[in-house]
Amino acid sequence: MNKILIVAEHQDGKLNPATARCVSCALKIGGEIEVLVLAAAPDAIARAAAALDGVTRVRSAANPANAHALAAVLAPQVIAAAADFTHVLAPSTTFGKDLMPRVAALLGVAQVSDLMQVEDAHRFVRPIYAGNALITVQAPGDQIVVATVRTASWPEAKAGAAHAPIENLALDVALPAHTRFVALQSGKSDRPDLQSASRVVSGGRALGSAENFQIIYALADKLGAAVGASRAAVDAGYVPSDMQVGQTGKIIAPALYVAIGISGAIQHLTGIKDAGTIVAINKDAEAPIFEVADFGLVGDLFKLVPELQQALG
Amino acid sequence: MKILVGYKRVVDYNVRIQVKPDGSGVVSEGVKLSPNPFDEIALEEALRLREQGVASEVVIVAIGAADLQAHLRNGLAMGANRAIHVSTSDAVQPLTAARVLLKLVEKERPGLVIVGKQAIDDDSNQTGQMLAALWDRPQATFASKVEIGADKARVTREVDAGLETLEVDLPAVITTDLRLNEPRFIKLPDIMKAKSKPIEVLELASLGVSSGDHLKTTHYAPPPKRGKGVMVKNVADLVAALKNKGLV
Ligand SMILES: Cc1cc2nc3c(=O)[nH]c(=O)nc-3n(C[C@@H](O)[C@H](O)[C@H](O)COP(=O)(O)OP(=O)(O)OC[C@H]3O[C@@H](n4cnc5c(N)ncnc54)[C@H](O)[C@@H]3O)c2cc1C
Ligand SMILES: Cc1cc2nc3c(=O)[nH]c(=O)nc-3n(C[C@H](O)[C@H](O)[C@H](O)COP(=O)(O)OP(=O)(O)OC[C@H]3O[C@@H](n4cnc5c(N)ncnc54)[C@H](O)[C@@H]3O)c2cc1C
Repeated sequence: MNKILIVAEHQDGKLNPATARCVSCALKIGGEIEVLVLAAAPDAIARAAAALDGVTRVRSAANPANAHALAAVLAPQVIAAAADFTHVLAPSTTFGKDLMPRVAALLGVAQVSDLMQVEDAHRFVRPIYAGNALITVQAPGDQIVVATVRTASWPEAKAGAAHAPIENLALDVALPAHTRFVALQSGKSDRPDLQSASRVVSGGRALGSAENFQIIYALADKLGAAVGASRAAVDAGYVPSDMQVGQTGKIIAPALYVAIGISGAIQHLTGIKDAGTIVAINKDAEAPIFEVADFGLVGDLFKLVPELQQALG
Repeated sequence: MKILVGYKRVVDYNVRIQVKPDGSGVVSEGVKLSPNPFDEIALEEALRLREQGVASEVVIVAIGAADLQAHLRNGLAMGANRAIHVSTSDAVQPLTAARVLLKLVEKERPGLVIVGKQAIDDDSNQTGQMLAALWDRPQATFASKVEIGADKARVTREVDAGLETLEVDLPAVITTDLRLNEPRFIKLPDIMKAKSKPIEVLELASLGVSSGDHLKTTHYAPPPKRGKGVMVKNVADLVAALKNKGLV
């Protein structure tokens, strides 16, 4: 019987929805599904995890050292908690990507990155080459499986009425002091979160400046959408780096994705392959973005975007 | 201080890779190979630290096939002092790469190791973190700014929530993100100079690391294609189409 441990991701005392997506992946693997909450004040996070359908138990470890997610501090605790598990999962977000290879290496096993599909408990499909090839990988059957879950491939497990039991863990492990949190500069806004939003509007290099990018924000606000960007727009300083969508940025799966003044380089398309409907606005009828767009509109964005905003009432 | 830099050769980012019809792999014959873009950023950062007087020597490492010499010459032409080629004909997975790098760390005793956050072929995003774990040293992944102090580094990281700053004791492992710097172009005289720079070749097996596969790739498939969409004539048609699908 599989025993799957999911390392919860959380921010500001709240469970990140990426964790609920890992639960869906774990349900496909099958077995007992437990969630590990490592936090300074884990109670509210643990309760949110316990409510997720499919979770059989939550293990919660309070420690002031867990106030910030430092991989070097969390990894030994994950290993102590994972002793009798067959699988350890975390989302393939910057949190999971930072932490899980450290866990895997300490356990002396490989890590499977970006689980897209589960064939069986040790066989998984994952993307390589910016998603241009999907490989089936077989992990050794006699070792613990350490993996990150490509969140865009899995729906969020729903929160139900039933609550799994919460067990407080005292993890007696030495934690390193060589890595210290200094600050988080967060471009917090009232807009929906890019990674979980059902609608996203993104702008590219064509916007030309941070000021011009305001028309993207205005359209997004009209749609109740999150805002994303191409690498070129981030590199040029129009928007912060946490808005980059793509192979080396965020991989997202909104119901609606609107790409404005974005050419559609493979590195960008990797990030939006799982979007429900893709809309592209570009002045170049030959732009590769139109090859993946469900609805394409050719023309000058500086004319069309305000028009679209108007038309949406 | 010496800096060790991961310098992997990958399929060029402009190549649209094709899966072989029988699912046995990807077509690699004749495709353009280039240094991993994140490793060029890693090397650039190391060179800048040397130019600032923070580092004294920059050593690049590539693990892979026997024909990596020309690739390493690129890195030497960019400015690395010397290169180490760990030679193996096997595909090297991140855990093996990390174990090899650990052996080199024990030998070279660098004050800093800089690797790319991911190699753009396998997109694993693991090697730096694994090396830090095996070495029992700090990691600062996805770096967009690096400041080196007396025996510590302050690193700004591109995380999902924004920009996070960490302070780590040295030695440490840093993995690079795109905004850390813009790598320099190689000039012709540098290519000439690089010809006399040393490349040390070590057999992977001689390091006491087995290249045995941890994960077996059993099948390759092309990604599902999105159906071709439609072009709409104007904004009104677009809004109508979106309304029709219940999206607005
Ligand atoms: C044509 C082709 C065919 C392949 N076929 C297979 C296959 O059949 N089976 C299979 O398992 N894999 C195969 N691979 C991929 C395999 O070799 C991966 O590259 C390996 O798993 C490492 O993953 P990664 O480079 O994405 O690691 P990451 O963790 O993403 O690498 C991060 C960083 O670590 C450093 N680094 C990593 N590896 C090296 C290295 N070798 N030398 C120097 N620095 C390094 C670099 O600084 C790099 O930026 C193939 C690759 C190619 C190009
Ligand atoms: C290692 C590596 C990793 C990368 N990772 C990513 C990633 O994660 N995400 C990512 O996005 N990119 C990534 N890239 C970059 C990628 O290759 C492209 O360079 C980038 O996506 C281009 O951004 P863009 O489409 O905004 O700009 P461009 O390619 O310059 O396209 C601008 C588009 O705007 C159109 N346009 C111009 N003016 C107007 C107007 N007035 N009205 C309407 N349309 C107009 C043009 O026709 C053009 O199609 C990566 C590259 C590398 C090498």
